[in-house]
Parts: sequence; structure tokens; C-alpha cells
Amino acid sequence: MNILVCLKQTFDTETKIALQDGSIKEDGVQYVMNPYDEYAVEEAIAIKESGEATVTILTIGPARVEEAVRTALAMGADEAVIVDDPAAFGDEYTAAAVLAAVAKERPYDLILAGNQAVDDGSGQVAIRMAELLGIPHIGVVTKLTVLGNQVTAERDAEGDLEIVSAALPVLVTAQQGLNEPRYPSLIGIRKASKKPLTKLTLAELGLTPDAVAPRAQVTETFLPPAKGAGRVLQGETVLRVSELVRELRQTSKVL
Amino acid sequence: MARDVLVIADLRGQDLRNVTLEALGGALRVAEGGRVAALAIGHGLEKAAAALFAHGATEVWLADQEALSHYQPDLYLAATEAAIAEVRPALVLLAHSAIGRDLGPMIAAAHGAGQASDVIAVDLQDGEVVYTRPIYAGKAFTRVKVKGELAVATVRPNNLPMPESGTATGEARALAFAAPSDLRTTLREVVRKTASGVDLTEAKIIVSGGRGVKSAEGFVPLRELADVLGAALGASRGACDAGYCDYAMQVGQTGKVVTPDLYIACGISGAIQHLAGMSNSKVIVAINKDPEAPIFKVADYGIVGDLFEIVPALTAELRAFLG
Repeated sequence: MNILVCLKQTFDTETKIALQDGSIKEDGVQYVMNPYDEYAVEEAIAIKESGEATVTILTIGPARVEEAVRTALAMGADEAVIVDDPAAFGDEYTAAAVLAAVAKERPYDLILAGNQAVDDGSGQVAIRMAELLGIPHIGVVTKLTVLGNQVTAERDAEGDLEIVSAALPVLVTAQQGLNEPRYPSLIGIRKASKKPLTKLTLAELGLTPDAVAPRAQVTETFLPPAKGAGRVLQGETVLRVSELVRELRQTSKVL
Repeated sequence: MARDVLVIADLRGQDLRNVTLEALGGALRVAEGGRVAALAIGHGLEKAAAALFAHGATEVWLADQEALSHYQPDLYLAATEAAIAEVRPALVLLAHSAIGRDLGPMIAAAHGAGQASDVIAVDLQDGEVVYTRPIYAGKAFTRVKVKGELAVATVRPNNLPMPESGTATGEARALAFAAPSDLRTTLREVVRKTASGVDLTEAKIIVSGGRGVKSAEGFVPLRELADVLGAALGASRGACDAGYCDYAMQVGQTGKVVTPDLYIACGISGAIQHLAGMSNSKVIVAINKDPEAPIFKVADYGIVGDLFEIVPALTAELRAFLG
């Protein structure tokens, strides 16, 4: 079985966000693999360990994304493709078109991805990619079983749980709870440096910058207004609690 | 310039969710005299149709079949495509919900369109529609324009202004569409997990617990408080990782991003990734033993103390008020 895993490198979630010249400041930021993609990578490797599979990592990004890719290879993925081309760094429309073009060039049975990235939080790219490839998808999955040609998944639908099945090939997006991603072992890290990593440009994928030009354009980036310091209520529990209720009713009017 | 907008209704059973009315509010704001069409997909939609008209929809389309009672991507996409062919909108608005998050990108891909996800405001700027949306789970925001003949946007609950309910009525139209005969995914079973029925992302009030709750049983007083308030129950990653509760309850950058009117954080220290998920709530109350906990920096009201003493006292006080 051939498994493709789409991965994005993102800011660490403990990063404080600051602006520089109207854009998000990237200097000194610690980058990680998007946490939702970690579940996708782990699931692919677990499937590989329980049978026979080749796991290929797909990503888009500049030289720095190699670190996240190496982490996935160290966890146990077999090879990786990085599309490193500024014309590929667009919006969700762009990313899906580029990833679908990469997928079309190779065999796949199962495509895994995080259900969203913790930076843009759009949750579009994987589903768009499935549509472009003409395959079904199952989104926001917390349990996945692959049996022969058949995939059965439990998906998180706003608190309800849906059990959905489909035949391969299918794209599945990972939700927290799917598994417990492993840490790369020392041997894994050593092996990762020797695993094949292909870098591609748009031209090599047969795409033109025009064909993948972003549809969405960011016109402004801003930080939320700083919150003024709140009040810490003092006194006996009973007094503090009744003052709180009074404030919530009369001042904030939220009750 | 007038533009036609199509709002895809989000239903819980046969009830319209508020976020759909909020999306109608957004649609009315940017239509500039264009049509504001709404499509409801499900089964038994008369009540939903009436509510859509009452809140300003100029036309209502219904895809009403028993097979549509539950969300299924291929069926819902086929219905939506049929409505798009009828209405020819410049903009399709959905809820940023379990359904809209899945359906939106399918529509966008089918039309090669751009999409703004999880928008908290829809405005006009020099005759163009501008969407405001959070990035990094609300640590920052962007304004986005979408080029092309069709734009798709998903709307975050609790943010767009809900139009007043009026006296408008209308005749809903049955949508003719060819349901694909062989669905590529099969919905085997739906297991209801939320007992309270209050959805975290749409809740007006959230009571949330962190590591300070100490155990699964520790959530009991929080649940009692939530019940009195009609609130949803949330949790921090710490509480979920410790196994005190289900990941479906997690609020934060990994988890759900919420913007209720009132967020009551109990035993939550306030890691940056948690704050990202809730700090845009209107009013925040923090209850924590540690006076230095970062949660107090974003709280409007703080109580330093043991949550197992404070929370039951708060529940009792509220019960006296709210009955």
C-alpha cells in the first residue's frame, strides 16, 4: 500500500505572535510540524508497521521546512517530496493544486493529512486536494481502520461521533485523539538523513505560476486589542462569589 | 454593486442554528440590493424555511429528503451545486461547523474558487467584500479579499450580527437535484456524545476545566455550574492529556477556538495555546489557586482560591438568582 502524508511546518503553538512591517514576524520563531499533521504521520507509520506500506511525505515550503520533513522521516516515513518554489507559497487554492499535482505523479491508496493547520486554521487544503484528485475524503477522524480495500473511520462531528466507511483510494484528515505520535528514536534520526528527499519546482510539476495563483489576498494583518488588567476579587468566598454574580449581571450584562 | 449571496443553512435536526441567521446578517450586509438566497438541506424543513424568511432571506430553497437527514459529503455537495446553478451567487456563505468545514472546501474546489474560513466579520470596502478572520487561533487577525466569480466563506458562530426577526414570509421552493446513486462514503452510524446538547463553538457561556480539576470526577462541580447556566463544558489540553475528559472538549490552538459571551476558566493556568483559543471571549472569569497564573492576565474577573470551594459556592449563588 502506498500512503501519502501531507505535512505543513508551522510556528510552535507556544509562540507569541508579533508584527513587523504589517506582517507576522518570523525572526527567532521556533518551527514545528503542524500538530494535526503529526497524527497523520503517526497513523501512516502505524499502518506500515501492521502490514506493508510505503509512506511518502509531501510538503510545500522554503528550505526551513526540511527540518519538519526530517522529523517525519525519523518517525519512520520512507521518503519525502518538498515543493520549494515561491510561486507555490500562495493560499489554500494554491497549496491544494500543488499537492494534487505531486500526488498525481505517484501511486497512492491512502492520503493522510491534519484536519487543519494551527497557523491559518482554514482546514481547506486536504479536502480541496481530494476533490481535485476525484477521490472521497473523510474529515476530522479520531479512529481509523484499514482492512483490505476498505477504510472505516470514526469522525468528530461537533461532539457527535460518525462512523463512515469508504473504499480506497481515500483521503483522511486527522483529529486530535487519533493516536499518540511517537518521538523519533536516535536510530530513526540517523536513518532519516539517508532517506530520499526530492525537491521540486512548479515547472517540474508541469504547473505555471498563473495556474496556481492565489484566489484569496490578505490586505491587512493586525493583533487583537490588548486586554486591560481585570479585577481580582477579594474577601470571603461567599462575598467574592456574590460580587462576581452581581458584576456579571449588572456591569458585564452576560447573565 | 449588487451581488447575489447564497447562505447554506446549518441545522441541528430540524432546528436552524443561530450561526445560519448570523450568516444571513452578513449576507444582507454585503448583498447591496442583490438577492439573499438560502438553501436548507435536511428533512422536515418547513420551520427552518419560515425562520429563514423571517430573518431576511429573499428566497428559500429546500432540499428535503429523508436521505439528507444526516450530513453526507456527496449528497450535500450535489444539492449545493444544484442551488448554485439556480441562484448563480457571487458568494456562498456557510457556517464554520462540522458541515460547513467539510462542505465549503468541496464547493471551492469544484469552482476553482477562493475561500475565507472561520470569518468573524464580513464588510464592504470600496465596493468589495472583505472578510476578517483569525490566524494562529486568534493571536492575530487578517482581512482577506477573494478574487474570482465565486467566493466561499465559512462563518464562525457568535460573531456576525444576527438580523432581527421580522414578519416576512414566503413560499419556499423545492430544489430539483439529481442525488448521486453511488455515494463514495457510507455513513454507518451516528453516536450522540453531547448529552447537554450545548455545542462548544456556539455556546454563549462556557465553563472550562484544566489540570486543577485533578480527575474525571473533578469535572462534576463544573458540570453542575454549567447546567445552572445552560453552558457548554470545555477543557484545557492539560485536562484532556491527563485523561480527565474527551478531546472533543478541548479549547485552544489545538482544539476548538471559542468566543462565548462568558468563559469561566477553572483550574486552568493559561498556557499560550489555550489563551489563543478563548481570549477573544467577551467576558472571562478565572478561578485558580495560583495568583501568578497567566490566565489572570486575560481575565476580567479573577478569584484566587480552590476551585472545589469556589465553584460550588458560585453554583449555589447562581441557583438563587436563576432558579
